[in-house]
Amino acid sequence: MEVNGIPNVRTCIAPLLEGVAVRMQDRLASWPQNNTDNAFVSTVQDIDILIVGAGPAGMEAALQAATFGASVLLVDENQRVGGQLIKQTHKFFGSKEEKAGTRGISIAKDLEDQLCDDRFKDKIDVLLDATVFGFYEDDTEDRYTFGVISRKEYKSRLIKVVCRSVIFTVGAMENMLLFPGNDLPGVYGAGAVQTLMNVYGVKPGERVLMVGAGNVGLIVGYQLLQAGIKVDRVVEAAPTIGGYHVHAAKLRRCSVPIYTRHSIKEVFGADCVKGAVVVELDDHWNPIQGSEEIVTCDTVCLAVGLTPSTRLLEQIGVDMALVPEAGGYIALHDERMQTSVPRVYVAGDSSGIEEASTAMIEGKIAGAMAAKQLGYQQEKAQTAYEGFLKELKRLRAGPFGAKPRDAKQRIQRLWRKRP
Amino acid sequence: MSDFENTGILSISDLVLPTNEQLEKGVAITECIQRIPCNPCVDSCPVHAISMKDINALPVVDYDACIACGRCVGVCPGLAIFVVKVQGDQALITLPYEFLPRPQKGESVSVLDRAGKTMGKGKIIRVKQQGRTSIITVSVEKKYAMDVRNIRV
Ligand SMILES: Cc1cc2nc3c(=O)[nH]c(=O)nc-3n(C[C@H](O)[C@H](O)[C@H](O)COP(=O)(O)OP(=O)(O)OC[C@H]3O[C@@H](n4cnc5c(N)ncnc54)[C@H](O)[C@@H]3O)c2cc1C
Ligand code: SF4
Ligand code: SF4
Repeated sequence: MEVNGIPNVRTCIAPLLEGVAVRMQDRLASWPQNNTDNAFVSTVQDIDILIVGAGPAGMEAALQAATFGASVLLVDENQRVGGQLIKQTHKFFGSKEEKAGTRGISIAKDLEDQLCDDRFKDKIDVLLDATVFGFYEDDTEDRYTFGVISRKEYKSRLIKVVCRSVIFTVGAMENMLLFPGNDLPGVYGAGAVQTLMNVYGVKPGERVLMVGAGNVGLIVGYQLLQAGIKVDRVVEAAPTIGGYHVHAAKLRRCSVPIYTRHSIKEVFGADCVKGAVVVELDDHWNPIQGSEEIVTCDTVCLAVGLTPSTRLLEQIGVDMALVPEAGGYIALHDERMQTSVPRVYVAGDSSGIEEASTAMIEGKIAGAMAAKQLGYQQEKAQTAYEGFLKELKRLRAGPFGAKPRDAKQRIQRLWRKRP
Repeated sequence: MSDFENTGILSISDLVLPTNEQLEKGVAITECIQRIPCNPCVDSCPVHAISMKDINALPVVDYDACIACGRCVGVCPGLAIFVVKVQGDQALITLPYEFLPRPQKGESVSVLDRAGKTMGKGKIIRVKQQGRTSIITVSVEKKYAMDVRNIRV
């Protein structure tokens, strides 16, 4: 969609302002023209590495790249850095190196402090409340051009960023489920519920039906209880609970039932959610007739997986492939996190849905390798890279690492098979 | 398939249980029975009573070495560690609690089992703060030593 003349805007998270002009976009974006609502000031910034997305992957990428001497512009459309981490009020898993036992929000703060450290003053520039909306072909050799719209102080400002290398750490988007009533106010994605509760301090409702017993559903379910909201139950279509047992146990000992082999059939209510119908599933995941049960609730929270964000990567024309274990279409990449287009990197959830711990390491890899490729401290960067690879392997070694491990193996295979 | 993967509730037989003598001394019990990539409990223990072969292995508590200090209880991101100490006809259960309001020392609270079922009342013996996690010690009838794992204020 096009908002106030800016193409490729995700309208669902764009601020709603008086007189805002929203248009369907039916073509590739062209460079935005001056328009009446916004005084555009075109600026050109020439830097080594543009990093799109300041979640755990992007922040670590910036820190690494700058450590080896590259100049970095880190852009995020949120008003603060941290990505998903700023919603995570729970303590994280992993090992000491990834700050296990620390709450996600504190990890974000810690990384933010590092970004602001004096030693990176001349190296890292952070641009918040700004969206990288498009890639533009340019004649300059060895350079890429991107369009960035900055919304600071309610005045949009257009920035043309010219960079030698780019790292996409843009995260993921939540999956939706199809059922009657899924467009009623009160049906949310788990990420939206977390943002309302933990970032804005707003209760999404009083009584919630949680759909999905993966880690996200279990953790958000528990955070709802902590916010004083009743969780009626968790339904999960699979025959077993997908998330960690320890997360499920926390909900269970607070008297929240978890129904495996159950799904949501429909949501009812005239203008907002009044309740939902849940149904039991048979061995072939088909609803069992007559097993319907009504759940009284004002909120339905969907925690049914994430899909990597890849739009800008597709626009650049990197080789993509469908890798279900990674959560959908992803940009093929090598172990250095470089895509099929030279000096275009990807890391974190955007390269395959996983964890913040692994996103951080992938970010470090991309940052170090992008800097190395541009000629900065090649030996040191290589040594660091080898260490990060080992750490990744260690984290993915267990049974819960099987899915990302399979995903990354398939990506490697597809990568080698490219023409 | 073990039942806990279906229900989210483990059974006593999933755990390595301490002896009666060890329970009287007081021990940490890690109710962490799935191979997940996590190990902060190992680093948190001042007497190195918790060990793990690699980050994805299960934590093993050396019940003889454990001094029941409760450090690990507040560190574990899974809120899966409990210290149990039997004292006469009472059991003192130390558990992590991340809800408000926090209970007060001496207060009587409902005590719950792993399914969230009320098992009666318990008395709050101690309330400690470790970061933003409250570490609560509650006293219950000895027969509930291996059942009570939550409180409701
Ligand atoms: C409920 C829940 C619980 C979790 N618990 C854990 C846990 O215990 N341990 C763990 O390791 N992981 C956990 N995770 C996973 C973890 O949060 C993610 O894997 C991690 O945040 C991914 O990092 P990222 O940097 O790839 O992406 P994100 O954190 O999603 O960051 C992406 C950033 O990119 C920005 N962005 C996107 N597009 C653009 C654009 N065009 N222009 C500018 N900016 C853009 C976004 O605003 C966002 O800030 C949890 C996730 C959820 C939802
Ligand atoms: S209670 Fe204290 S001594 Fe026992 S395992 Fe935990 S940290 Fe170690
Ligand atoms: S810290 Fe808790 S969840 Fe992590 S391994 Fe130890 S007992 Fe298990």
